[in-house]
Amino acid sequence: MDFKSSDTVPGPRVEDHLPQTTRAAVKIVIVGGFGVGKTTMVGSVSEIKPLTTEETMTQAGIGVDDNFGSDSKTATTVAMDFGRIGITEQLVLYLFGTPGQERFWFLWNGLFEGALGAVVLIDTRRLEVSFDVMGRLEERGVPFVVAVNSFPDAPRYPAPELRAALDLAEWVPIIECDVRRRASSRDVLMTLMHFLHTLATRRAPV
Amino acid sequence: MTPPQRRRRTPLEPSTPEPAPAAPGAGTEGEPAVPNPERLYSLTGTAAGAERASIDLVTLVVAAEDPPPTLTPEQVSLLRLCTAPLSVAEISAYLSLPFSVVTILLTELMAADLVQARAPIVRQIVPDRSLLEAVMHGLQKL
Repeated sequence: MDFKSSDTVPGPRVEDHLPQTTRAAVKIVIVGGFGVGKTTMVGSVSEIKPLTTEETMTQAGIGVDDNFGSDSKTATTVAMDFGRIGITEQLVLYLFGTPGQERFWFLWNGLFEGALGAVVLIDTRRLEVSFDVMGRLEERGVPFVVAVNSFPDAPRYPAPELRAALDLAEWVPIIECDVRRRASSRDVLMTLMHFLHTLATRRAPV
Repeated sequence: MTPPQRRRRTPLEPSTPEPAPAAPGAGTEGEPAVPNPERLYSLTGTAAGAERASIDLVTLVVAAEDPPPTLTPEQVSLLRLCTAPLSVAEISAYLSLPFSVVTILLTELMAADLVQARAPIVRQIVPDRSLLEAVMHGLQKL
């Protein structure tokens, strides 16, 4: 791990500085399989050039029995892309695109625990890679919507068929999108926010 | 063509205890979960075992004052980044340091009152509707 000298450390451009009045951040997690478009989605809506945070994982963190002795321990670097959207002078939203495998989620403290909600991004050519992640989110009580990234050659299933295949409750939104387009990615986030708002309204004491 | 069918797992998980959510480098026991412990130790000073549970990816960090001359280059770099509020994730990205290392550096700087941390707003069982509405309003402006 080489450390760059302090003179050459890059930082945010001045125009990317958050207002000093920014009091707090919220986050949304975009989760999906490799190549499904997480990074593209983060990039299409982020107001800053997407950045990457990394974490190092050893075999012990992968969840296999560590019977091999320390000699055979290998470290894997896991990267996560993220972007940012200024909401108000006091509030900022961060978007994290994270791999679907749960073993990565522990690397970043509280990645899902504090998130407002999640977007499960799916590719209908490889629907099954998203099955596990939806189960994990349900177990953790993380509210999510399903966004179908519409690849041109991907099979198109009627919504009821897709919902049945994903075994999704009828209140969980499914939305088609083209994550290369900012408006489309924003619509996915809006769908999530409306869903969260509906949940809040339903659960709120009268 | 019929899509593959998801099969829900049984509600009760069998006895596969989930690993503790503590990230690598956080513990004081066992082996450090980093490839090069000596280097990490020198980078993060003496507080490697300090608690870091309160630091989130989107905790916003603001440098409190000009760095005193006794700081390490890494600490100076971090403070220079945070003249305006900056998330821990962004600090990690700009410094090319793992999240766990950044949290340890920050723990030291927070203990010395050299940075101020602004905690994120996290999901509540009953979410704050005005917060959600503010986010929706912000997204509409995109």
